[in-house]
Amino acid sequence: MALLEITGLVFRVPARRLLDGIDLSLEGGEIHALVGTNGTGKSTLAYLVMGCEGYRPDRGEIRFDGSRIDGLPLFERARLGISLAWQEPARFEGLSVRDYLSLGRNRADAADCLHRVGLSPADYLERKVDKTLSGGERKRIELASVLALAPRLVILDEPTAGIDLLSIREIINVIGSFKRQGSAVLLITHREEVTRIADRASQLCGGRIVCSGDPGSVAANYMGRACRRCDGMECHDE
Amino acid sequence: MSELDRLMRALDERGLDRAVMADTGTAHLMASGQNLLSRREVPGLELDARETGEGIVARIRVARDAHIGQPLHLCFGVLPAEGRQHIDLDLVLEEGATLDIVAHCFFPNAERVEHLMDASVELGPRSRLDYTEAHFHGPHGGISVVPRATVKVGRQAFYRSDFSLTTGRVGRLDIDYEIDVMEDAVTELTARVFGRGSDTLRIRERLVLAGRGARGLIKTRVALADEATAEIIGIGEGNAEGARGHIDCMEIVRDRAVASAQPVVKVTHPLAKITHEAAIGSVAHHQLETLMAHGLSPEQAVDLIVGGLLRRDEAPSVVKLRPAAAAVMAPGRR
Repeated sequence: MALLEITGLVFRVPARRLLDGIDLSLEGGEIHALVGTNGTGKSTLAYLVMGCEGYRPDRGEIRFDGSRIDGLPLFERARLGISLAWQEPARFEGLSVRDYLSLGRNRADAADCLHRVGLSPADYLERKVDKTLSGGERKRIELASVLALAPRLVILDEPTAGIDLLSIREIINVIGSFKRQGSAVLLITHREEVTRIADRASQLCGGRIVCSGDPGSVAANYMGRACRRCDGMECHDE
Repeated sequence: MSELDRLMRALDERGLDRAVMADTGTAHLMASGQNLLSRREVPGLELDARETGEGIVARIRVARDAHIGQPLHLCFGVLPAEGRQHIDLDLVLEEGATLDIVAHCFFPNAERVEHLMDASVELGPRSRLDYTEAHFHGPHGGISVVPRATVKVGRQAFYRSDFSLTTGRVGRLDIDYEIDVMEDAVTELTARVFGRGSDTLRIRERLVLAGRGARGLIKTRVALADEATAEIIGIGEGNAEGARGHIDCMEIVRDRAVASAQPVVKVTHPLAKITHEAAIGSVAHHQLETLMAHGLSPEQAVDLIVGGLLRRDEAPSVVKLRPAAAAVMAPGRR
């Protein structure tokens, strides 16, 4: 039985289907990359799986560990072992990095988690998760906090966005460490080199999965504008 | 039990070490209602206090270049359900003096209590004053707290004030501070208040950057719940070359509470600059969802966000502003 099973998922906003019949499954410990240009529905799918406010399927099912979760509120899904590292994580005045890394049912060593995302615990543990952090620093701290949760399924929404080019390898290693600790990863990315760490990949276009398989061929399909649905006209309309 | 014992017990209940009041190396002033209970001076710090029938008059003077190693503790309160306390405080730091003050204000049973403070503070050149005032109120809200202060921050002096009222009901709070900041001096004012029930808050702080290179920050953090109301008025004036000021007000509003913020900015010198930012609203949705994705319930997430907003910064706020504001406030910047 798959850890995450999405079947026939449809999500509409007025006059438009953002997701149009998504079928996707993830096994425990598997990394599944989602690629596609802006506006194709990748983050929408992430928010539907996580249960963010305003994101309830119009049709279809989301099952986690065999049970339907699409009616559960966000925090109950988190307590089942699903977490999301946001593309632009929120900032919190007065909350220290140490406290942030101890939220929820966290039992991991905060210093070790910081170290794994390339941040020095001595420099960061007592800092606040507020606007004094740069975008890249905040992003790494978000990854560290999700590492500390050791979720069964983690959704990483553009984990390398805002990260300097020299550090992308570090972030790829972090993604790998989720897998090593047994977490399944739904990885949303635009970067071909990040896709390579995945076990499988899917390409989204116009709210549909247009290509699935090994990451190399999906990335090649995406980069080669070879979308069978739109001949690359929508996939690459940025 | 004597009034002094009761005030000591109030300190104990708040986890504060009463032994500090017995320490001969630590200055203090303790008053319950209109009664002066205890005072101690230390070398370099003169403390004269007396009862006048109308209240308590205290004169504190720190000698030139004296560095007072231990904080001066001010312990004020009205412990019964009814009462009045009026403190008339005159504080002078002579040139080069340094002092930390920790004020503890206890009103745990207040149903009809009035606490009035009229303070005049003068910081001589190169002096430094770090003032922290924490209020501990009870559940009834039957209290009126009315602090008034005029502060003159002399050339190259540093003044930092942190006022917090986050425990118990506020009742009525009406703060009015006027601060004049002279050449190359720095001032930071922080107020952190949590209003509940029918509490009413009015905080007016006027910061006049009068001297060349003067720098100042007014930071206000307010959380409101139930039917509480708040009116926050932050006034910044830049009247000299290189004066830099920032007004930063954030209020979280829940239930039927109502908040307003009025930053007033006035600049009379072309090379002075005052900036402001004000945000009022409910708890940010993205913050809530980020915390809930870590398994916190909505209630736990709101408590954490509000608690963080009202938490005291351990380091001066000047270095904790967002980069643009911090650059404006950076020492030596003209």
